[in-house]
Amino acid sequence: MPDAGALERYAAPRALAEALELLRDGDATIVAGGTDLMPQSHSGKARFGSLLLNIRRIAELGGIALEGDTVRIGALTSISALLASPLVRERLSILAQAADQFASEQVRNAATIGGNVCNASPAGDTLVPLIVLDAAVELAAKAGGGIETRTLPLQDFLTGPGRTQRRPHELMTAVRVPLPPAGFVARFYKHGTRPALDISTISLGIGGVRRGDRLERVRVAFGAVAPTPIRARAAEALIEGRALDAAAIEAAAEAAHDEVRPISDVRASDWYRQELVRNMTRRVLAHVAFG
Amino acid sequence: MSRSVEIEFRLNGVVRRAAVRADMSALAMLRDVLGLTGTKYGCGEGECGACTILVDGASLNACLLFAVDCDGREVTTIEGLANDPAAQRLQRAFAEHGAVQCGFCTPGMVLQAGRILARAGQPDRATIQRGLEGNLCRCTGYKKIIDAVEAAAKERAA
Repeated sequence: MPDAGALERYAAPRALAEALELLRDGDATIVAGGTDLMPQSHSGKARFGSLLLNIRRIAELGGIALEGDTVRIGALTSISALLASPLVRERLSILAQAADQFASEQVRNAATIGGNVCNASPAGDTLVPLIVLDAAVELAAKAGGGIETRTLPLQDFLTGPGRTQRRPHELMTAVRVPLPPAGFVARFYKHGTRPALDISTISLGIGGVRRGDRLERVRVAFGAVAPTPIRARAAEALIEGRALDAAAIEAAAEAAHDEVRPISDVRASDWYRQELVRNMTRRVLAHVAFG
Repeated sequence: MSRSVEIEFRLNGVVRRAAVRADMSALAMLRDVLGLTGTKYGCGEGECGACTILVDGASLNACLLFAVDCDGREVTTIEGLANDPAAQRLQRAFAEHGAVQCGFCTPGMVLQAGRILARAGQPDRATIQRGLEGNLCRCTGYKKIIDAVEAAAKERAA
């Protein structure tokens, strides 16, 4: 049996306010789909707090809605629900591409976008596309008599493997994604030994607004090459607003190779990851530019 | 945690109550508390699909689901499909096509194949293969399983 640690209580509130009240007492372990928490608790990587707080019955945390120029994706949205959403498929297609390559149907049915973000894995499948899309994380906390929310860029929210800026009394309530401008194109690529159920050796997302043979507002993001998913700003700068010919693509691929700092682990060596970064940047960039 | 949590849910069409530890998986509850051993423990981390069950109609890995989260939901295991015509077609097709060798992955395969067939009338082989990507089989090499699912789809159409 997994080590239950200090686990004393279980709660499955239906209202956000109730969940935030419970979080105010501190020392809670939050569960939604359970797909990360269960294996982490079995392996001893995660220890339970005194309260297991199941947020899956809180209707306020579900749903995908267009609010002005922002797509608000509730934290409880499953990966399957992302795939089924016409709004996500048509307007945030790079996120749908990543959702399509996410684990297996059984896992996609349970796993949530909020869980994938808060688990903060360097290889988290939704994180790279969300960074390409300039996504922000919405957090809520009980303050005085009301609920206080704050929003911060996903890039800043992620601070290390399994670490985020979420405070213990806060709950992540949604991802907010600004609608990409007209002409925005983006591609996600994930490298692993098999298509399904593999943790990325590296993943990358490239996006930008296509104007003739140029890309503007360029985003190049990588997963599994640093403690958090990162943007490759040197590579971005080399292609921003310039004609995307073979030489520009080569220069950006070389810059990306030089600016990532991967580790060696069971999936690949640091050297191999850097080679992948260069070769896949070249391939995906050509696809975005000419595809 | 010494204190257990009381839950109530519909299991294979029958309302069941159970007292479970908050950190227990749905798989452990099904097998060790409720005695339904058709759902198999393979990897315990969502990689193999041997523990596939349906919860509110969607397929999930029971090893990743907290038992307490079954509260108020509709759970179907392979035992619950014994008299289901679609599952019986799959069962026959698996037997006729040699899609069962050691049999350990079969309950999960049949449940997941049922989901694929429920979505698409006549899925092609690539669709079947993708739908089964969360279910590992270490014996058959998958070809016979895909043959069987294809045959069950054809039989239904006939």
